[in-house]
Amino acid sequence: MATLTTADVQLSALPPATGHAGLRGVIASEFTKLRSVRSTYWTFAALVILSVGVAALIGFGVASNIHNNPQNAAGTDATQLSLGVFFELGQLIIAVIGAMIITSEYSNGMIRTSLTAMPRRGTVFLGKLIVLTSVTLVVSMVTSFLAFFAGQAALSGSGVAASLFHSTTIPANALVNGPNGPGSGPPSFTFQGTDVITAGHVLSAVVGTALFVTLAALIAFGLGSIIRHTAGAITSAIGLMFVLSIIIQLLPDTWRWDIMRFFPDAAGRVISVTIGSGNQHLWSAWPQLLVTVIWAAVLVGVGGYLFRKRDA
Amino acid sequence: MIEVRGLTKRYGAKVAVDDLTFSIESGQVTGFLGPNGAGKTTTMRCILGLDYPTKGSITVDGKVYGDLAYPMREVGALLEAKAVHGGRSAYNHLLCLAQTNSLPRRRVGEVLELVGLSDVAKKRSKGFSLGMSQRLGIAATLLGDPKVLMFDEPVNGLDPEGILWIRNLMKALAAEGRTVFVSSHLMSEMENTADHLIVIGRGRLIAASSMKDFVASASGASVRVRTPSADQLVRAVTAKGATTSTDDDGAIEVRGMSTEQIGDLAFSEGIRLHELTQVRASLEEAFMELTADSVEYRADAPGPHATTTIGSGV
Repeated sequence: MATLTTADVQLSALPPATGHAGLRGVIASEFTKLRSVRSTYWTFAALVILSVGVAALIGFGVASNIHNNPQNAAGTDATQLSLGVFFELGQLIIAVIGAMIITSEYSNGMIRTSLTAMPRRGTVFLGKLIVLTSVTLVVSMVTSFLAFFAGQAALSGSGVAASLFHSTTIPANALVNGPNGPGSGPPSFTFQGTDVITAGHVLSAVVGTALFVTLAALIAFGLGSIIRHTAGAITSAIGLMFVLSIIIQLLPDTWRWDIMRFFPDAAGRVISVTIGSGNQHLWSAWPQLLVTVIWAAVLVGVGGYLFRKRDA
Repeated sequence: MIEVRGLTKRYGAKVAVDDLTFSIESGQVTGFLGPNGAGKTTTMRCILGLDYPTKGSITVDGKVYGDLAYPMREVGALLEAKAVHGGRSAYNHLLCLAQTNSLPRRRVGEVLELVGLSDVAKKRSKGFSLGMSQRLGIAATLLGDPKVLMFDEPVNGLDPEGILWIRNLMKALAAEGRTVFVSSHLMSEMENTADHLIVIGRGRLIAASSMKDFVASASGASVRVRTPSADQLVRAVTAKGATTSTDDDGAIEVRGMSTEQIGDLAFSEGIRLHELTQVRASLEEAFMELTADSVEYRADAPGPHATTTIGSGV
């Protein structure tokens, strides 16, 4: 490499400074950071491909099952079938983005470069939060709709496909009559009752699931800024969203029914459901989502406080 | 001007910096010297607001670092060259820094050219050598055309060419009237570049003086003489008011007389001389002597201590 001195290149003069470095610059900077590393694209690609692809596969599978066993159409929550993978696995994948937007800066020391350039930490933290929230919200929302449409397209013709544009009516129950066995032919059955799924119900499931997944990213972000370690943050986010609910399953029923609604993952079980009266041990979709919001707010709040207070 | 007043920084029970007070004058190169673990990096981190002082205050042009309107226009600092996201290209790394201070995008290309990284601007910095990373870090410090530049051990691990490049760059930056604050644990790094020296050891200030004064105080000149008639020579020079001491290997060290004076005296007294050498403590030695008590981790069995060394291009 050639030896260079400053004499070789003339730097152009800077425009005079007015005001001070603030949130606008930080947001631009954080967006550049996010879009300039490949892991962002890999992670979001994994999220979209997995969520949409599996929603379609499940749709085909269920459609085929209903084709062979028409009685199974009863009570089929087509919306939930399409969103299930997105919120179960999507929250894990997006947790990686949420955690890494802060922990990757600690693992390579970039945080000290960033905070030297912009020492107002509250502004830096807020900028990260805004960029993370808006990007994950857009990606989650798009993924949620894509997964829904892919799943419903695969289910079309099965008679249970849900729609965002009109109400659909499906049989609530199937009563199987008569013998069911070799030589007796297919079972005869009669449908009983109907479930009416309104377009509004479907929309709130699709939107609510996207919000839930976005909140998972914020929970991971909060944990990331507290723990400042990628593996630790992702592990604890998975622990909070998955393992904890499994551990709770081990508790005596009377206890766990009372406490499970207070955990951040509970919303996932009701938010994508469009049929039935909900889970009797949980609140309904939006109040349950509020629980997740509170978890995210507390974790992000603690993370932001520590981000300002601790040595970088 | 950077002013550090009564800076104390504790990490748990360990005191990294202990009541440190000094100031860095504008428009000159200030060398920040101390053995490893003396607290140089900690002090720099405190100046930049990365670490919060336990006690004391630090101002940059009268302001706390965090209150500077556009920090990158005031101070360009490079503490760790590898403190970048390896998956990000050099260009994007600099761009995301420039954006925080609303610096124009064209500066990114310019500083990359300045440090000679234009060809690899789109390459991810993961594959950069230490020297290239160092250049990238320096490019970042120059983005905001700052009045003050801070480098922490900038030549550590560099090859001779890289070291030369950094030295020339520091001189050029100082020649442009910028303040340069550079740390090192090697005195030799400072000999040719620094105007002013701040020496610390174990977190405490040991010396703060201009390079000129430091050189003067360090050059306690003496003359080494070897002669078969040692007693006669000692008597002769002592009579002229010089002081002598005898080295382990039998050479006589004379203080207070020049080589010419001793040579003439020996000639007139008829004393045969086998050696007549001007001896000066190098700056490195002066520095080591100054910080000898404050080296944090010392090898248990140091080698025989050389009593004199020929001055190295002071």
